[in-house]
Amino acid sequence: MAFLDFVPNLGRQVLLTIPNLGAAARFLLRSLVAVINRHFSIQQLLKQVYGFGVRSLLLMIVAAFFTGMVLGFQGYYALVRFGATSALGTLVALSLLRELGPVLTALLFAGRAGSALTAEISSMKATEQLNAMEMMAVNPFAWVVAPRLWAGIIVVPILCAIFDLVGIFGGYLISVPVLGVDGGTFWAQMQSNVTFSGDILTGLFKALCFGLVVTWIAAWQGYAAQPTAEGVGNATTRSVVTASLAVLGLDFILTAFLFT
Amino acid sequence: MAAEALVELENVHFSRGPHPVLAGVDMRIPHGAIVSLMGASGGGKTTMLNLMAGTLAPQSGRIRVAGQDLHALDFEDLYRLRRRMGMLFQHSALFTDFSAFENVAFPLRRHFRLNESILRKLVLMKLEAVGLRGAAGLMPAELSGGMARRVALARAVVMDPMLIFYDEPFTGLDPISVGIIATLIRRLNDALGATSILVSHDVQETFSIADYGYILAGGKIIAEGSPEALRASDSELARQFLSGQPDGPVPFHYPARDNYVTALTGSAAAGEVI
Ligand SMILES: Nc1ncnc2c1ncn2[C@@H]1O[C@H](COP(=O)(O)OP(=O)(O)O)[C@@H](O)[C@H]1O
Ligand SMILES: [Mg+2]
Repeated sequence: MAFLDFVPNLGRQVLLTIPNLGAAARFLLRSLVAVINRHFSIQQLLKQVYGFGVRSLLLMIVAAFFTGMVLGFQGYYALVRFGATSALGTLVALSLLRELGPVLTALLFAGRAGSALTAEISSMKATEQLNAMEMMAVNPFAWVVAPRLWAGIIVVPILCAIFDLVGIFGGYLISVPVLGVDGGTFWAQMQSNVTFSGDILTGLFKALCFGLVVTWIAAWQGYAAQPTAEGVGNATTRSVVTASLAVLGLDFILTAFLFT
Repeated sequence: MAAEALVELENVHFSRGPHPVLAGVDMRIPHGAIVSLMGASGGGKTTMLNLMAGTLAPQSGRIRVAGQDLHALDFEDLYRLRRRMGMLFQHSALFTDFSAFENVAFPLRRHFRLNESILRKLVLMKLEAVGLRGAAGLMPAELSGGMARRVALARAVVMDPMLIFYDEPFTGLDPISVGIIATLIRRLNDALGATSILVSHDVQETFSIADYGYILAGGKIIAEGSPEALRASDSELARQFLSGQPDGPVPFHYPARDNYVTALTGSAAAGEVI
């Protein structure tokens, strides 16, 4: 029975999502333009950048370090069979810069800062703080949503750059001191095979897109939440799930366009 | 009701999806008065305040505030008008990450570039008026329900509004706090030369400060007048509401499909899982 319900339920979900997409797009547009509103404040923006950064930095560093170390091990295992361990530095760097850095940064950001953002906005809605702002003639898009959205767009590429650097360092620690790959070759190969615009910039551009999408989804889920305690909880879960899937899907599209 | 009206509603209709909330409401709120709006929970009182503040728009009908048709105003003009309104929300709606002081200062900081000493004076004056100057440094989580409501009241009037909305200001408060809030509503209204619209279930307290009252039921105004006139109203519904009788035009019993005796002797009741 439950299985038979699956297809119509899926269909209903899709149909319910379509009008929401329009509303979510309008929400994004209003929030992005709200930077020119007189109630938008640079101070609020910096506060959010700082908040997002502080919240996610340690998590990013730990995750990047382990990711880099694992890349070192796995890369070595694959390359040693072809006697190509001199390419290990390149492999670690390219995997991180082009793919793992932006994606993992965005996924961790969605779990840490994104969920907190959804919870914050939805509880502001549930406790009528957004209505109160509206009543005081202060546009909540300009005061609350826009600084958070722009902060996400700014912070995620920065976190991604940190992720890349720490990850490469982790890869180095495993490859050179532990597995005995030559250090000079490790760096020299990396330097001559990684391009600034082709690998580094495109990776950071991915991160920027992910930053926008994750913060957009998190803010929208908060804004559209049912204004109850239960609604806040549901919105937070939905925010992390949707944002993570969106990052993975978007990653495929961006990779297909950017790296061909 | 001789004075010129500050707020006028004409045949206002509003529905949420297929469900009509207001079905043709007419109201006139005169300058300087405290007007109460009473009605059952879910009857559309909060909706009505939002319509008057322009945060919701009616499907049909006209709402005029200070001579301006809300429907005809653009976004900017509506916001400008709203700077002259204050609302006390049902759940206070204080900003949880700001102190009491900063909550009250918020509208001033957003709308004016005041120098800090003037701003401080304005905020402390309002906090003093609600008796909470001493609590200026507390965070909302540290305030009792009654105190939070008073800070929210100070915030609602810090811009010296011409029109103040109170959404169930007495609900959930102890009798002393109720008395304090009622006194403050009257005092602030008269001191600011403002007009107040008071939504409440608390008949006693409301009638002690209101100049005029409306009773909303079934999406329409079923009775209006001064407190004395309302008490003497010949609408049975109004009398049931004001005296709090459990049965009357609003029935005590939710309609059932079968009669009581049949239900007791039957094999299964509605909602029972066997
Ligand atoms: N945001 C909303 N979405 C859908 N329905 C709502 C919303 N807010 C209120 N309603 C419905 O509108 C009706 C009137 O609500 P409200 O004005 O809050 O009543 P009151 O303040 O008199 O208790 C209720 O039936 C309520 O369920
Ligand atoms: Mg209400």
